[in-house]
Amino acid sequence: MDGFWIILTAILVSASCGILGCFLLLRKMTMVADAISHAVLPGIVIAYFVAQSRAELPMLVGAAVVGMLTTVLIELLHEKARLQSDAAIGIAFTGLFALGVILISAYAGQIDLDQDCVLYGEIAYVPLDTWTLSSGLDLGPLAVWRLAGLLLIILTVVLSGFRAFKLTSFDPIYAASIGLSTVFWHYLLMSMVSLTTVLTFESVGAILVVAFIIGPAATAFLLTKQLHHMMLIAVGLGILASVCGYMLAVWVDGSIAGAISVCIGIEFLLVFGYKVFLQRAKSLVIEEATP
Amino acid sequence: MEGIFWDFFLLRDANAAWVLLGMICICVASALIGCFTFLKKQSLAGDAIAHAILPGVCLAFMWFETKSPIVLLGGAVISGWLGMVGINQIQRYTRLKSDAALALILSVFYGLGILLLTVIQRSGNAAQSGLDKFLFGKAASMVKDDVLIFLGFSFLIIVVVLLSYKPLKLVIFDPDFAKAIGVNVKAWDFLVSFLTVIAIALGVQAVGVVLMSALLIAPATAARYWTRKLSVMLVLAALFAALAGIIGAYISYTIPRMPTGPWVVAILSFLAIFSVLIGMENGYIRRLSKNYSHGRKMLEENILKCMYHLGEPNENFFQPYSFTQLQERRYIETSRLEVGIRRLGRKGWVKRTADGVQLTAEGLEEGKRVVRIHRLWEVYLSTYMQLPADHVHDNAEAMEHVITPEIERELEHQLAYPTKDPHASPIPYRKD
Repeated sequence: MDGFWIILTAILVSASCGILGCFLLLRKMTMVADAISHAVLPGIVIAYFVAQSRAELPMLVGAAVVGMLTTVLIELLHEKARLQSDAAIGIAFTGLFALGVILISAYAGQIDLDQDCVLYGEIAYVPLDTWTLSSGLDLGPLAVWRLAGLLLIILTVVLSGFRAFKLTSFDPIYAASIGLSTVFWHYLLMSMVSLTTVLTFESVGAILVVAFIIGPAATAFLLTKQLHHMMLIAVGLGILASVCGYMLAVWVDGSIAGAISVCIGIEFLLVFGYKVFLQRAKSLVIEEATP
Repeated sequence: MEGIFWDFFLLRDANAAWVLLGMICICVASALIGCFTFLKKQSLAGDAIAHAILPGVCLAFMWFETKSPIVLLGGAVISGWLGMVGINQIQRYTRLKSDAALALILSVFYGLGILLLTVIQRSGNAAQSGLDKFLFGKAASMVKDDVLIFLGFSFLIIVVVLLSYKPLKLVIFDPDFAKAIGVNVKAWDFLVSFLTVIAIALGVQAVGVVLMSALLIAPATAARYWTRKLSVMLVLAALFAALAGIIGAYISYTIPRMPTGPWVVAILSFLAIFSVLIGMENGYIRRLSKNYSHGRKMLEENILKCMYHLGEPNENFFQPYSFTQLQERRYIETSRLEVGIRRLGRKGWVKRTADGVQLTAEGLEEGKRVVRIHRLWEVYLSTYMQLPADHVHDNAEAMEHVITPEIERELEHQLAYPTKDPHASPIPYRKD
């Protein structure tokens, strides 16, 4: 039964991330997502310190605020101070992460938190924290409910704003000219990325979130040119990687998050290899055709 | 407290001295090589490679069953290198952009590293305890043997960068020209990449996987906002990095529970953001003040020009005008007009009389200068760019505020002192 819950958790995360990942990939902002996933650390620490516990709401708010702050900081450094975007991203997230680690060290005795938990949460502990009603009815792990809620929110937002997301991703100038606020949709997307990072950090950690965001989306990108196909393929690949990754982790007795990342990598490698093979074959045909 | 200060800076504590030395070496070496990755706009590749070294470290440990720094470093460099090759190949064979290639390599390699690390941990190998220093860095626990290796490789990086300064500069700034004069651009790119991977493999042990990229990016960013010269940038970046290394080591020496690496990175980030804001070379505040003073200059010149235009029809330039008369000729908000007139008055270029504002002799010369440049530029555009007369005015409106006296003389000379502009208005010259 534990295996079922773990795989279900991974699948829920992969679906949320796969959908967001497609838009982030098209906007060339996957590294921003990576930055946010690391930069939320100080927000989590401060919230933890203020609330004196691992209470859900303060952490959620703290991390979401810092996540948005990261986006704003990157924008400011890049747009206002004209710092090249790669350096802007690098400085924003390393600075904030360092701040988080320093805060943890400063309150070392008082906080039961460490930087590991943000980088790689332990998905194997998901089944332990269950949601039991007062009547004694066991509804399964809390994390599953939380992540299902997240997926529902993302699906609602993305489906209701699909056209706007699509337009602002592919052709921001046209989108602006027909009156869509590119800034609004940008920050809406980024706030969902922050939310995803926060809700998943305890269960899967930053690396798996980034792997789930970029891997399936990038693989799907190689396979199709239709955005809705890309999203469906990405979600499917995420689910496949979750199942295979869990089995791999059980087999070698290692980190489940790590194993799922590896499976995502293998999926990409297979499609990438196939694409390279096709290109090579094509160029050979052209070479033979030209005398 | 004072005792601790002198113990640290007079190197009385041997352990602290080694940590200090190690931190300075790593910071300076990373800063130097970081300048090149910054200028190639590949700073984030450093982040991806820092993550990508992890599986190499784990495999090297599993294979050789040793924690020897050299073996682990070898594994780190090989897998970091593979990560870099992967990033390049993905961009070469697919339409995926660099951010996607980086994020993909970063997360997959790191995931593999974590998987291997957990496998090692659960296999109960007692010697694994040192491996996780590759994850978060353990600068404060560096011992002499570690530092000697850091020292050797950092020294190598510094010497190579200094020796190959000229070709590197050429390859970074103008690869096409370098290729044309027969420089092997690929080989130099390879060298930079290789040194970057080594610097990262070293730095990760000090500050950890996540923070490593800051050692590459932040000093270069900070330095870039103070200079435009690569040589000065390298020196400044090295100084900033050394400073951060020293302060970071000192903080964790005085407060043992404080980690060195994160402090170094926090200080570097602060230096970078500080420089981005107040740096003399295109820093944010500097640019704002430049914009402000340019806006002020434009306002003043536009008022003088307007007064000249008003006096031009009947050659009476010293007539006083009311604000309304000025605004009819060229609309400027009353409050701004007030500010501009007050400033011009202080310079002695206009004076206020009972009837309004009038030009002084110096003010007339200045107004003439602006109109002259405007009309000369119009002539230049129509002669050399063959633009029709009705297309030249807008560009001249902008150029009249930026053309220097040298360019003005050159224009007069090249155009052989024309008397009329394309709209047949006379060009007013200095009387000399």
